[in-house]
Amino acid sequence: MIKIEKRNDVPMALYFFTPFIAIILTILGGGIIFYILGFNPIEALKFYFITPVSNLYGLSELLLKATPLCLIAIGLSFCFKSNNWNIGAEGQLTFGAIVGGGVALLFYNQEGFHILPLVILAGAIGGMIFALIPAILKTYFNTNEILVSLMLVYVSKLLLDYLVVGPWSNPEGFNFPETRQFSDSSRMPLLFEGLRIHAGIFLALGAVMLSWFILYKTYLGFQIKVSGLSLKTAKYAGFKGKTMILVVFMISGACAGLAGVGEITGPIGQLHRMISPDYGFTAIIVAFLGRLNPFGIIFASLVVALTYLGAETAQIFLQIPKYTGQVFQGMILFFLLASDYLLFFKVKNLNLKKNDLRH
Amino acid sequence: MYKNFFRYLISAIFLLGFSVNSNADFKVGFVYVGPTGDHGWTFQHHEGRNAVEAAGIKTTFVESVPEGADAERVIRQLAQSGHDLIFTTSFGYMDPTNKVAKDFPNVKFEHATGYKREHSNVSTYSARFYEGRTLLGHIAGKMTKTNTIGYIASFPIPEVIRGINAMTLAAQKVNPNIKTKIVWVFTWYDPGKEAEAAQALIDQGADVIMQHTDSTAPVQTAEKAGVWSFGQASDMQRFAPKSILTSIIDDWAPYYVERAIAARDGSWNQQDTWHGLKEGMVAMGPYNSAMGADLVKEVEQLQKDLASGKVHSFTGPIYDQKGNILVAEGKVADDGMLAGMSVYVKGVEGDIPK
Repeated sequence: MIKIEKRNDVPMALYFFTPFIAIILTILGGGIIFYILGFNPIEALKFYFITPVSNLYGLSELLLKATPLCLIAIGLSFCFKSNNWNIGAEGQLTFGAIVGGGVALLFYNQEGFHILPLVILAGAIGGMIFALIPAILKTYFNTNEILVSLMLVYVSKLLLDYLVVGPWSNPEGFNFPETRQFSDSSRMPLLFEGLRIHAGIFLALGAVMLSWFILYKTYLGFQIKVSGLSLKTAKYAGFKGKTMILVVFMISGACAGLAGVGEITGPIGQLHRMISPDYGFTAIIVAFLGRLNPFGIIFASLVVALTYLGAETAQIFLQIPKYTGQVFQGMILFFLLASDYLLFFKVKNLNLKKNDLRH
Repeated sequence: MYKNFFRYLISAIFLLGFSVNSNADFKVGFVYVGPTGDHGWTFQHHEGRNAVEAAGIKTTFVESVPEGADAERVIRQLAQSGHDLIFTTSFGYMDPTNKVAKDFPNVKFEHATGYKREHSNVSTYSARFYEGRTLLGHIAGKMTKTNTIGYIASFPIPEVIRGINAMTLAAQKVNPNIKTKIVWVFTWYDPGKEAEAAQALIDQGADVIMQHTDSTAPVQTAEKAGVWSFGQASDMQRFAPKSILTSIIDDWAPYYVERAIAARDGSWNQQDTWHGLKEGMVAMGPYNSAMGADLVKEVEQLQKDLASGKVHSFTGPIYDQKGNILVAEGKVADDGMLAGMSVYVKGVEGDIPK
């Protein structure tokens, strides 16, 4: 017989170190997979993790890819820290993009400095409203927020499908499922000529700073953390649980909405059906890999963004199947959860104890 | 005088060196929208790539590239990593392809099914799938007992509407009572939705199912229900051996090989290609013996006539749903009209979704 017991003394240093262990194990695991597939593992890993960022363009693409992941994960950290399981960031991203994109389309033939801020604001509000649905249902009707937020992903994606095929489709676009191109005033300014990295990265960095301030310097942050540790304690302390649930969902939705609007006003430039390769779901991995810590999330978003780019480079140079990228993301989460388990629990061999008693 | 001579000499040496060099390193890149194993659209492009490879030219492909922000990076990376010719094989790559083409004037780009050629190094190509639809219409018109043909359509773009119309016109010719029922699924690839659509059409009395989507689900549904069906993009016979009467096969291989060799040898130039049965870009799968020898013979003759140009899929008189004349008697629709087709012909039920 073995028994699993909770550890009482989890060292904080180790808590923040295990993500690195998970990444190292993932790289080792990836090497083994490449070897089994018949590739030179060192060469494959080089194309995976070094080649994509070996030039300025690659670095810009890494930041471009990490920006939405970081933004969404920052938002999710508020929810997850307070024991609210918002799984529907992808839907909030999509709805934010719909609302933001709608505003951008209103101004499709106009130029002016006021347009972009309006579009961004609309995106954040869109995401916020969409996140409020599971939050309100949870607080007032006791529904399960995991289920509701997840199901709403499909609602928003189908709504986007409907809009780009029907009422919002480009009148000159031969019925192809896409809207008009946004005007230049609705587009995120590019930071460097010839690179795609755009001003949206400042939104992500701003969110990091703000979330650090809220989580560690305000009463709200304190409430969030206490609720996450123990709901009973939070209630006993007299915290208004319902308001807090609404607030964390709103923050989370706004961040996802910003990520969506950043994509459509940044690299994409219009609305169509494929605005996000499931950033909202991948950001869950990012949030946990970053230990729900604002600065950890920056690091984690860069690592996960690299797995996307690496998968492309590895396929271009070595024709390694591109789906290894998803395998890598899965492995990161798996190893992280596995090492967390060993970190928080210890395994005791009870047989040994019995024998000890007998003698 | 001498100055000019030297300038020419130097540039000649450079060009020579460059072309010899590029001959040895010549590489062709492919960007796919789906996995290579989809048994439909991407599978056929991959077969085309295999043919290029078999012709002794190095190739690379990237599969399942989303048509969003990622496409531009993948295309750019292929251009940056020494690929001289890049095929982008989905409509959604249109703007990214043109954008990257601008920055890499020495790389040639070939975009499938698009209409934008903003730079001299971008060509577009597509196939006259509607010629295949004419054959399907002829077969369907003869085979149906319920006079109802079920059509699973993806998006109301001209290509899809052209296929519906070509099929309906051909079916009406052999069976004036024919009705075409359409279900729009708004996806190119979603086995679940496609199967549901096929079932819905069968329930409405269709005994011939046709699809303008890429999965094998509709033919499998038809096989189970015991109705006729047609394969799409690739030869899907083995997925529904009893039900499939024939398949429209997209055969990109001859075009890909021709364009790759042209690019390697320096004779590549910009063009807008629209090939059909004649050039072999549209091919037909084996005809099901259940059609009977006479019908097979008829269809094979029609296939020859379409290829030779003796018969055109859109020969007047053609009327729209309200009875207005679209193409006058004795005339054929020109390519401009075909490319922008956005109304149903008489005999198609329902409205084009807007």
